[in-house]
Amino acid sequence: MVLGGGDVIRFQNVGVRYGLGPKILHDVSLRLEEGSFHFLTGASGAGKSSLLRLMYLANQPSRGLISLFGHDIATTPKRDLPGLRRQVGVVFQDFRLIDHLTAMENVALPLRVAGASEEQVREHVPELLNWVGLSDQIDARPPTLSGGQKQRVAIARAIIARPKLLLADEPTGNVDDHIAMRLMHLFEELNKIGTTVVVATHNKSLVTGFAHPRLHLANGELEVLKAGTPFSEHEDETDAEDRR
Amino acid sequence: MSSAPVLPLARDASSRFLPWLIAFMVWLAAMALAAVLVLSSYGNQWRSNLTGTLTVQITTTSDEAVETTEQRLNRALEIIRKTPGVVSTEAVPLKRISDLLAPWLGRDVVSESLGLPIPRLIDVRINPEKNIDVAALWERLNKEVSGTQVDDHGAWLDKLIALAGAVEAITLAVLVLISIAAVATVVFATRTSLTIHRDVIELLHVIGAKDQYVADQFHWHALTLGLKGGIAGVFLATATLLGLVSLWSGVESSLLPPISLSIWQWICVLAVAFAAAGISTVTARITVLRALGRMP
Repeated sequence: MVLGGGDVIRFQNVGVRYGLGPKILHDVSLRLEEGSFHFLTGASGAGKSSLLRLMYLANQPSRGLISLFGHDIATTPKRDLPGLRRQVGVVFQDFRLIDHLTAMENVALPLRVAGASEEQVREHVPELLNWVGLSDQIDARPPTLSGGQKQRVAIARAIIARPKLLLADEPTGNVDDHIAMRLMHLFEELNKIGTTVVVATHNKSLVTGFAHPRLHLANGELEVLKAGTPFSEHEDETDAEDRR
Repeated sequence: MSSAPVLPLARDASSRFLPWLIAFMVWLAAMALAAVLVLSSYGNQWRSNLTGTLTVQITTTSDEAVETTEQRLNRALEIIRKTPGVVSTEAVPLKRISDLLAPWLGRDVVSESLGLPIPRLIDVRINPEKNIDVAALWERLNKEVSGTQVDDHGAWLDKLIALAGAVEAITLAVLVLISIAAVATVVFATRTSLTIHRDVIELLHVIGAKDQYVADQFHWHALTLGLKGGIAGVFLATATLLGLVSLWSGVESSLLPPISLSIWQWICVLAVAFAAAGISTVTARITVLRALGRMP
């Protein structure tokens, strides 16, 4: 079923519970418009990863309605889901690079999965690796790369197929401040060319340094905060606990 | 640019043991199939050679002065020829009977000079489609010609063919069981590989790989392993069969035909390798698609 256009993603009263465990997300409702940029914040265990997994269709909600690019996920035929997933780029917190593949092969994966020709792969992948500053690591395998280099390979893989929606889970968690700022500028550039971006992060200086609205999760409930909304004292405390 | 396979299935432990297991099962299956084919050939040969034949034996009697064996033989021949359904009759020459007995009794003993009471034989060909009443013929011969016995080959041949059929059925059941075991082995090996590579499969799923993309990787891997194991198994089976044929050819037997397979039967045995590869491939593909079908 195709729902109203304009929204890249829409959640209506979405709840998540794994098995008979406690509810991870309660009645989450949100709309992400095309071309928007949001931070996703919240303490560890607040449900950020669960929310992202719902967004990249790795999980299904226990209740509620999710639509992606106007398609109601519950009623979309299973055979059409891979096509929707290809329009979503994901940067995982743990990178999820394939160790036996080179940086080039890891980045090329979304293109190959989509059936792109080897010519397209040879044309676009080195160019993108060059853009993220890894032109000298094309044939390197992940175990030989530093955390920051792995992160950039993961980002290159997420954006190689020019996704409409980019989801990044703690993309700056393993890199120094300088590279973190570079990555954020890279996300902003992608956003400027129309990619909708959601960046889940604990990094408050990153959130305050960029004027984007914030999706804040606390105890499984979502609050949408305008750009520039200061962190509450409670957030500061939980953040300090997380760091400890 | 040559690209490494996304799923390193060749590195799995199952990739090392599966070809051996398949080779062993293919060897068993090929031997069972060869047994079925040989037994089937035996049955056909026995049927074609012995169905529709009777042997009438005229034993010598103590009262040769009243009627000689030769005279009783001629009377028996006359009665048999007049029996409906009889195609031909032939009195087996005494010389041939002596030749048949000579290996057991010695040439000297069966020579006519010693006057050994050698029975006379009549080879009778009957039309298998006409249901001739052998018991009635025997009764009539006994009444009119003393010292006759009718040997109906069909009676014991039926039992032999039934036995061969039972052995054939059991061998076919073994063949089916081997196939089931092969399928189960591939299912477990594939499930193990799915578990080992779960993270990569989930990644492929998330970046939009269709189930067929993942299944293709298992498909080609299983085909390679199936062919490796299948060819090895068939090679071993061929060597075993050739060895058996060689040993069998040294055994003299008038009843059992020699073990030999026709060109088509050899093709059937060799085809077991490709059947094994096919079973492995289809089983792996179905197992993967069913597992992926359970993902969101």
